[in-house]
Amino acid sequence: MRRTGGILLVGAAVVVAGILLASLRVNPYFYFAGYVILQYIVIATAWNILGGYAGYVNFGTPAFFALGAYTAVFLIQSVRPPLPVLILAGGLVSALLGLGIGYLTLRLRGVFFSIATLALSIVLQTMIVNWEFVGGSRGLSVIRPGGPPFGNYVTFLFTVMVLLAVVAVVTARFIERSWIGRGLAALRDNEEAAECMGVPTLRLKLFATTISGFLLGVAGAPFPYYVTFVDPNSAFSLDYAVNALAMPMIGGTTSWVGPVVGAVLLGTAQQLATVTISSEMNLFIVGVVLVAFVVLAPEGILGLVRRLRRR
Amino acid sequence: MPPALLEVESLTKRFGGFMALHEVTIHVKAGERFGLIGPNGSGKTTLINCVSGSLPIDGGHIRFEGREISALPPHRRTRLGIVRSFQIPKPFGSMTVLENLEIPLEYAAHERSDAADADAMEILRSIGLEGKAHLRPAGLTQIEMRKLELARAIAARPKLLISDEAMAGLSHAEVDDILAILFRLNERGITIIMIEHIMRAVMRFSERIVVLDAGERIAEGTPDEIVRHPGVEKAYLGE
Repeated sequence: MRRTGGILLVGAAVVVAGILLASLRVNPYFYFAGYVILQYIVIATAWNILGGYAGYVNFGTPAFFALGAYTAVFLIQSVRPPLPVLILAGGLVSALLGLGIGYLTLRLRGVFFSIATLALSIVLQTMIVNWEFVGGSRGLSVIRPGGPPFGNYVTFLFTVMVLLAVVAVVTARFIERSWIGRGLAALRDNEEAAECMGVPTLRLKLFATTISGFLLGVAGAPFPYYVTFVDPNSAFSLDYAVNALAMPMIGGTTSWVGPVVGAVLLGTAQQLATVTISSEMNLFIVGVVLVAFVVLAPEGILGLVRRLRRR
Repeated sequence: MPPALLEVESLTKRFGGFMALHEVTIHVKAGERFGLIGPNGSGKTTLINCVSGSLPIDGGHIRFEGREISALPPHRRTRLGIVRSFQIPKPFGSMTVLENLEIPLEYAAHERSDAADADAMEILRSIGLEGKAHLRPAGLTQIEMRKLELARAIAARPKLLISDEAMAGLSHAEVDDILAILFRLNERGITIIMIEHIMRAVMRFSERIVVLDAGERIAEGTPDEIVRHPGVEKAYLGE
């Protein structure tokens, strides 16, 4: 119990640090870049709850992220609720999609599950492209609400993303250390044996896909206000699918620390490459680093550290 | 007569057009040491998969302690007390041997995770694996792997333990080792169904044996009766 209190305290400290950072008013670009890295912490952490803990590799991250973003767009277009409502709604709609995907695991395992999630992303994108109310294929400009609670809107969104990242990481850490995490690890190792040892595998998988979907939707919901122009190509970008998988793989999938480390390292490298070399270098870097890690350090940076410590 | 612990009544299982089990009836009494034998492909493992819930059945009934369980998912049956070990060991590879036991202790026996630690160690000691508690399964020998498989099943606190070929490929002394463990479990009141190809082991262990051949029950009796049964010899050796 005391350790739970400790992590909440650390989380609160991070949020306060985020608010302080936001009030520093350094070069606005840093908030833009910081937002993206924080967003990737949420995405990588959310992906890892299903992919790392339960071992179900999801290639459909863009579907969940975009569903969060487009839920927000739909609400902005219709009733224009405040940002917290957008985030909650985006999360809930994506959680429903996650629940649906969870039932797929009844019949699809391993690579077939992954292929289904990839297809899901394509199906959803096609539907959005043909839905004029949220901009269709041309996209849609979104006007930010005036008067953020503090600072300007970008620093405000930056702070919001700090909070969301903390929520995601604390959630992941809680799951990992609870009986749920131990059950997920058992079913990742051997689903049949887990079920025969009393683990309610279906219920745990549904839980993992739903939570993972929720957090991915949450990451996507503020996206319209961040970019102010949403179109299917940017919301369903391949970057999300690749990064969501690459960041935990590089950091290490068995612990909540892994996705955070991976997201910070890769996210920062991508931002640096975008400014210094070209925006096209993004995925190239991810690709090279991912191949290197899969071959040389399949357990990620955490695995490397553990191996070095044991010596 | 008290009702049997496990009642399999006219169980039928088809795989497409292939009849894997045809109207098989088996009653296992509480506390019994029960042997299930039959040639390869006779349906032994299919029967176990149906009882443990890994496979849905196409007809008949499965009752445990008088309660119909054929619609329950496997984890619910485990919690009721039907626990199986696997023919090919299926350990949780990312966990230590000790942690492997904590999963059933926590999920099937509903023990708190802090109590599970000591209990898991206790089970490992009883089975002779305490020295390997903090190793990963990948570092175990073949016999240790079989013992882990049994230890994990014990950790689920079974009333009925189904041991699916726990001794295949083991040496003479190792077979005796596993047999001794199963005898001890039975003395503690756990009913045991043993599926085995090693006749020496099944004949010594079982009080009663059922023989399956091509999905049908062809014989039932004490080991002595089974050895003398003409149909059993025919099933194994042909005419």
